[in-house]
Amino acid sequence: MDIVNVDILFKIAGIGIFISVLNMVLKQANKEEQAQMLTLVGVVIVLMVVIQLINQLFISIRTIFNIY
Amino acid sequence: MTIIQVVALGLLAAVFILILRESKPELAIFLSVAVGIIIFFSLLSYIASVMHILEELTVRADINLLYLNTLLKIIGIAYIAEFGAQVCRDAGEGTTASKIEFAGKIMILFLAIPLVVVVLETIISLLP
Repeated sequence: MDIVNVDILFKIAGIGIFISVLNMVLKQANKEEQAQMLTLVGVVIVLMVVIQLINQLFISIRTIFNIY
Repeated sequence: MTIIQVVALGLLAAVFILILRESKPELAIFLSVAVGIIIFFSLLSYIASVMHILEELTVRADINLLYLNTLLKIIGIAYIAEFGAQVCRDAGEGTTASKIEFAGKIMILFLAIPLVVVVLETIISLLP
């Protein structure tokens, strides 16, 4: 794996900044509940990406260091 | 991936994490986890070559491969426990981090016990 996928980093940072901006807009428009839901959805989406990464990390560590 | 790229990636990630931390701290933690994993993946090929050389040396020195495997397992457990503990500590969960480190220590001790037994048996057999 020579070319490392740095775009995951940009993806997560982009989602985070986007969601915080939308959160501000929704809070200005007095839609607190929807802002809360938006935060939750953002966390879940990022969690999906990061969980796949963690899974890859665990698998590769298991294979490298012979841990079963 | 050279060291320059890793350092640049880390600096970039630090800036993003700094931006995210004030508005969305939970996403900042995910981002730092992702950066740690990406840096580890970039080191995979180097780790693999080091392992290969170590294995070759072990075979050439006629040492049982079981010892090298135990050593590698201990290194892996130490790395993954440290990784998890640092993520937990970053998230402000110092107690969970200490528990993870404790579990890592116990697992390492468990793996090291057979080697300690072998050493002790050798010493006992040497004694008159």
